[in-house]
Amino acid sequence: MKLLNIRTGLISVLALAASVGMAQAKSDIVVAMQLEPPHLDPTSAAAGAIDSVLYSNVFEGLTRFGADGAVNPGLAESWEISSDGLAYTFKLHGGVLFHDGSTMDAEDVKFSLDRARAEDSVNAQKALFAGIESVEVVDPLTVKVTLSAPNGSLLFNLAWGDAVIVAPESIENIKTNPVGTGAFKFANWVQGDKIDLVKNDAYWGTPAKLDKVAFKFISDPTAAFAAVMAEDVNAFVGFPAPENLPQFEADPRFQVLVGSTEGETILSTNNKMPPFDNVKVREALAHAIDRQAIIDGAMFGYGTPIGTHFAPHNPDYVDLTGMSAYDPELSKKLLAEAGFPDGFKTTLKLPPPSYARRGGEIIAAQLRAVGIDAEISNLEWAQWLEQVFKGKDFGLSIVSHTEPMDVGIYARPDYYFQYDNKSFQLLMEELNATTDPAARSALLKLGQKIISADYVNGYLFELAFPTVASAKVMGLWKDAPTQATDMTAVYWAE
Amino acid sequence: MLRYFLKRLLSLALSLVVASIVIFLALEVVPGDPAAYMLGINAQEDTLAALREQLGLNGSLIERYAGWAGGMLHGDFGISYTYRTPVAEMIGERLWISLPLALFALCLSTVIAFPAGIWAASKRGSVVDVVVMGVTQLGVAIPNFWFAMLMVLVFAINLRWFSAGGFVGWDAGFLLAMKSLTLPAVALALPQASILARVMRSSLLDTLSEDFIRTARAKGLSKRQALWRHALRNALIPVLTIIGLQFSFLLAGAIIIENVFFLPGLGRLVFQSISARDLIVVESVVMLLVFAVIVVNFAVDMAYAIVDPRLRGRR
Repeated sequence: MKLLNIRTGLISVLALAASVGMAQAKSDIVVAMQLEPPHLDPTSAAAGAIDSVLYSNVFEGLTRFGADGAVNPGLAESWEISSDGLAYTFKLHGGVLFHDGSTMDAEDVKFSLDRARAEDSVNAQKALFAGIESVEVVDPLTVKVTLSAPNGSLLFNLAWGDAVIVAPESIENIKTNPVGTGAFKFANWVQGDKIDLVKNDAYWGTPAKLDKVAFKFISDPTAAFAAVMAEDVNAFVGFPAPENLPQFEADPRFQVLVGSTEGETILSTNNKMPPFDNVKVREALAHAIDRQAIIDGAMFGYGTPIGTHFAPHNPDYVDLTGMSAYDPELSKKLLAEAGFPDGFKTTLKLPPPSYARRGGEIIAAQLRAVGIDAEISNLEWAQWLEQVFKGKDFGLSIVSHTEPMDVGIYARPDYYFQYDNKSFQLLMEELNATTDPAARSALLKLGQKIISADYVNGYLFELAFPTVASAKVMGLWKDAPTQATDMTAVYWAE
Repeated sequence: MLRYFLKRLLSLALSLVVASIVIFLALEVVPGDPAAYMLGINAQEDTLAALREQLGLNGSLIERYAGWAGGMLHGDFGISYTYRTPVAEMIGERLWISLPLALFALCLSTVIAFPAGIWAASKRGSVVDVVVMGVTQLGVAIPNFWFAMLMVLVFAINLRWFSAGGFVGWDAGFLLAMKSLTLPAVALALPQASILARVMRSSLLDTLSEDFIRTARAKGLSKRQALWRHALRNALIPVLTIIGLQFSFLLAGAIIIENVFFLPGLGRLVFQSISARDLIVVESVVMLLVFAVIVVNFAVDMAYAIVDPRLRGRR
């Protein structure tokens, strides 16, 4: 009997809670994503999850990425570039406050950039700042950045989450209490569960439309599906189960946005390990692969085929998929010419994401059809980093390279796939020194063609970025030009 | 009794020391560098070195073991590599979910299993017995994560009685917090209750066929009186053993259920930490679980002694 009373009480409490919830106007949102940030300092870790929560919402840089991937003014309202391309003078917005109430000025910019490029810096993208020779404070709202050589990518580099402006006094606790200048303030973090942000009423720019944003972390694809279906979360960015998307599309309660990303998914090939040091073998590999079958089989049709290491939505993209069209007969012929009429054995080392695990099975089958026996081993990320990335102990691997505009990795002969081509390296040097947009575009296009013609890696597809949200949520980014969940313009439609 | 107690206590302490060494060594040989994991694929060599220095990964094996084990003796579990917060604090937070969840599931399991097992044993061969045996057979066979997903489908997605997962936090009030633990607790309890009910039944049946029960019946006790006064207490020893094992399992083994319901419990912490090579967290949580298992076993040993006076005198 007592038990019964507790139950009745429980139900009435719940009913009450539900009705209170309904009466409120919607100014808060629960956004779910798969991965939880390890900590909250975007300037000292590679984890994309940190930017997914904080970029643009809490932290801002001198420049910032827009929803279309364009580089827009951020904390710098304008800038001047000297005629030799070596000096950038940034004019900062006035009246910008950090969330702790202190003023953001040129000293903070100098501090942030100097910290990122310092000797003992633990910035995961330290290379972004490599060409910076000095950062000078001209006056409280003017900063001059001097380069050792012209760098056409500087404004782009400064838009990265790793280049955000931080308050010197906040560094000590930044990993648990991030203090930025953005439209939202950090409020609370229940580790393993969620991070709460609240609106920054003292924001210098267009104020946020929501009062509260909760980011929830749900790693299991089945749990993700259930949480969206039960409307426990209002949006799920980077939804992990593409097979469930049609079900959401058919349900009027939800909207499904399938955007593009900067993630070139490639069959990484160890260019120094025989027989992959032979370009004919790499070409044979490229023709053995049926991209569409991988996209359909591993990604349930979500993904754009690519023929080089470049994002298809970029205006400078060249469609080179024809260079590596699916042609198993040609592949066998090339293998025979290269001296492997009966194929060969190699390793295929796969990191955890499903594009790699599922795609790996399909690719192994396709390779087997032309006589290449790829032995699959499944690795955790930490093992992958150690064996494949650092140890270069692999024949083949599948990885999505999610950094934006990262074709420059092909100019690094010690990079894990070990591509060493002098003319490509010179091309990238020239690109870095070029600021004229038309000339840059021409160089980028040429670069794409070189790596495609050299069949450096197997180019598979550009990763899609699916978001499932309540049909009433407006203003979400569809594409993912950088790993960000920009909530500054998100609101509820009535 | 005192001798029995001291002997058990000594074996408890020894087990802990051995466990800490095994755990530490086993995890130290796991390949993978936490610094490389954190800084990702664009990190430069000097940046990695700087981070390794910051994390204190450069000391010798013995130095690091001594630091870790020594710290634990006074409750200091060290600082997490990735989160950069004290491990003890993190574990404490997660325990506030895992411990109540385990207790909740254990209560459910016991509340279901005792009556079912006793009832089935007292009416051996009847319809009740057949039903209990059938249902518990099913309960043992069904994987708990599958049952969990089924419950989510029915109670969260279709009926909307519960949320699909997550934990509202104890701040939201006891009832709401318990509500968010209900589905996971039921999912965890079902197989445990089934096992426990079967053990209860068979143990009771064994006892009921013993001579002293016949004697009790001959003295004029009814079947029911004999069962409640004499058989039950004697049948409890194997049941207690199972309960002890189950509690440790529920505390440590809820990883999958925590994932299905995205609960920020201990299991999820271990899971995340292993992939991030946050070894100090993994080591400490595993150590804590070992500690819990050993202490529960110790408590069960003590409970035997209370239930069965013969054990107290035994050497």
